[in-house]
Amino acid sequence: MVAQRKMASTRQTYGETLLEMADSFPDLVVLGGDLNVSVFTHLWRDKYPERFFDFGPAEQNLVGVGAGLAASGKVPFVSTFSVFGVGRPFDQLRVLVSQPGLNFKLVCTHAGILTGEDGMSAHGIEDLSLICSLPSFTVISPADTVETVQAVKTAASEDGPFYIRLSRAATPVVHDDDYEFELGKAELMREGEDVTIVATGVMVSVSLDAAEMLEAQGLQARVLNVHTLKPVDEEAIIAAARETGAVVSAEEHYFHGGLGSIVAQVIGGNHPVPLEMVALQGYSESAKAEELMVKCGLTAEKVKEAALKAVSRKQ
Amino acid sequence: MSGGSAPGTGHTYSVPELQNIAKELRRDIIQTIYTAGSGHPGGSLSELEILIALYFRVMRYDPKNPGWPDRDRFVLSKGHASPGFYAVLSRAGFFPREELSTYRQLNSRIQGHAHPMTPGVEMNSGSLGMGLSFALGCALAARLDKKDYMVYALLGDGECDEGEIWEAAMSAAHHKATNLVAIVDRNRIQNDRFTDDVMALDPLDRKWRDFGWRVMETDGHDLDQLLATLEKARTRRTRPTAIIAHTVKGKGVSFMENNPGFHGRAPNAEEFQKAMEELA
Repeated sequence: MVAQRKMASTRQTYGETLLEMADSFPDLVVLGGDLNVSVFTHLWRDKYPERFFDFGPAEQNLVGVGAGLAASGKVPFVSTFSVFGVGRPFDQLRVLVSQPGLNFKLVCTHAGILTGEDGMSAHGIEDLSLICSLPSFTVISPADTVETVQAVKTAASEDGPFYIRLSRAATPVVHDDDYEFELGKAELMREGEDVTIVATGVMVSVSLDAAEMLEAQGLQARVLNVHTLKPVDEEAIIAAARETGAVVSAEEHYFHGGLGSIVAQVIGGNHPVPLEMVALQGYSESAKAEELMVKCGLTAEKVKEAALKAVSRKQ
Repeated sequence: MSGGSAPGTGHTYSVPELQNIAKELRRDIIQTIYTAGSGHPGGSLSELEILIALYFRVMRYDPKNPGWPDRDRFVLSKGHASPGFYAVLSRAGFFPREELSTYRQLNSRIQGHAHPMTPGVEMNSGSLGMGLSFALGCALAARLDKKDYMVYALLGDGECDEGEIWEAAMSAAHHKATNLVAIVDRNRIQNDRFTDDVMALDPLDRKWRDFGWRVMETDGHDLDQLLATLEKARTRRTRPTAIIAHTVKGKGVSFMENNPGFHGRAPNAEEFQKAMEELA
């Protein structure tokens, strides 16, 4: 019943996409913090050493230098793990990047519990909350490799600060190669009128599976891929609330300040309907990514249950 | 004045002329902070000759085109000392002197801490320790663009408590940013107290040297010495250069000098009168 999807690594795709852009974006430079092999920027480092700068694990300086390069007309792509790239230099992102609105691109891998065995300190479960709190940032959480390619290219083309959230683990590919990413526009992945599952990142695939399970029980679930968390597609979320009367949010992130909070703000302010949030409830532990997804309740079964609950709460 | 400016070539003021400018701008600083009712006089007065040497002799820039790609960059990392910076920027022609009276007021482009909305300001500031990293980014951009501009970052000595300063110092040497000059306004007072009481920094010269920098020291108020030091910093560059400028916090106003109480507060009416009389 649940679809078998090809697995692919968004971080590897990121490194390969940077290489594709080298000629078309002559001002693009790449900055790393000693994790370049893990975030796949070593591909760029080895091919364009004069357009690459390593700063070691010193993320405040990493972001600060990136800001200086951006202010000088360069397009810095700054990459490390999400816990190090968002949490450690948050003040630099706020003061040097967000407040002046510099053309700065932060692409972090190893977000969420998919980082697995390295344990709770390595699980970036707060990054969306932190980065969405910075007014100038555009925030993208791609669902798969196909979307990652276009998100990265969009970030390079558009002015201003961008954050792109990627995973350590390979994740299911939910898009065909001809998919067209539209910044700030939620993607309708499945039509339905009984309930809407609003998902981001790896939870898009999980939610599509949940929708299949719901269909087997006679419920038609709409699935929206909210790849752009900021600015979020309010129109699509309001329409979903109005047309399906119940909403489930699904994210691989802490339940405070991520997609669920954003959806709650949008529907609460426009068209209140029952909302159930599938998200992380706190810190996790060391284990395989797929084991953590089960233990933390980020499964199609749990999304399905949340949808049934949301539907049961309809007036 | 015998001096003057040709865009991009810097000024040619004599040292006595620069000293007159310093006197004039000290009055602007006190007036600016007094009008606003808040601000940071101590560090604005200690940094002033450093800024005057840079803006009226050393740096090339065009106040009519603040974004001129070939300009030398100045980054005020100790962003609270903005009144001194604004006095210099307005005197250099980046914005009208009258705008100084809007400092910290609603709808002004002269913010409490320096922000790039002010013509001539490169970096947003107000959180310490960030300016050297930003300046390094500017310095590396020069290399990428094959330009020969210099980048000067002015740091507070209390600011050198921040770990990011030393991350930046290490990486600037590693990346051979020879067009980068860090100037430490060594006035020996930080927010609460004397630096020796809060966080001892000495030997500061050895710290920079050990991080791979060429180190110079100067009296930070003696314009002859400052100009000679800054000139030397432009030449024979194989490493980034740190200049430790020994200064007096609150310089020029007797009761503000070496007084931690005037790091971050405005003079009252009586103090204002007294300061202006001393600077007359």
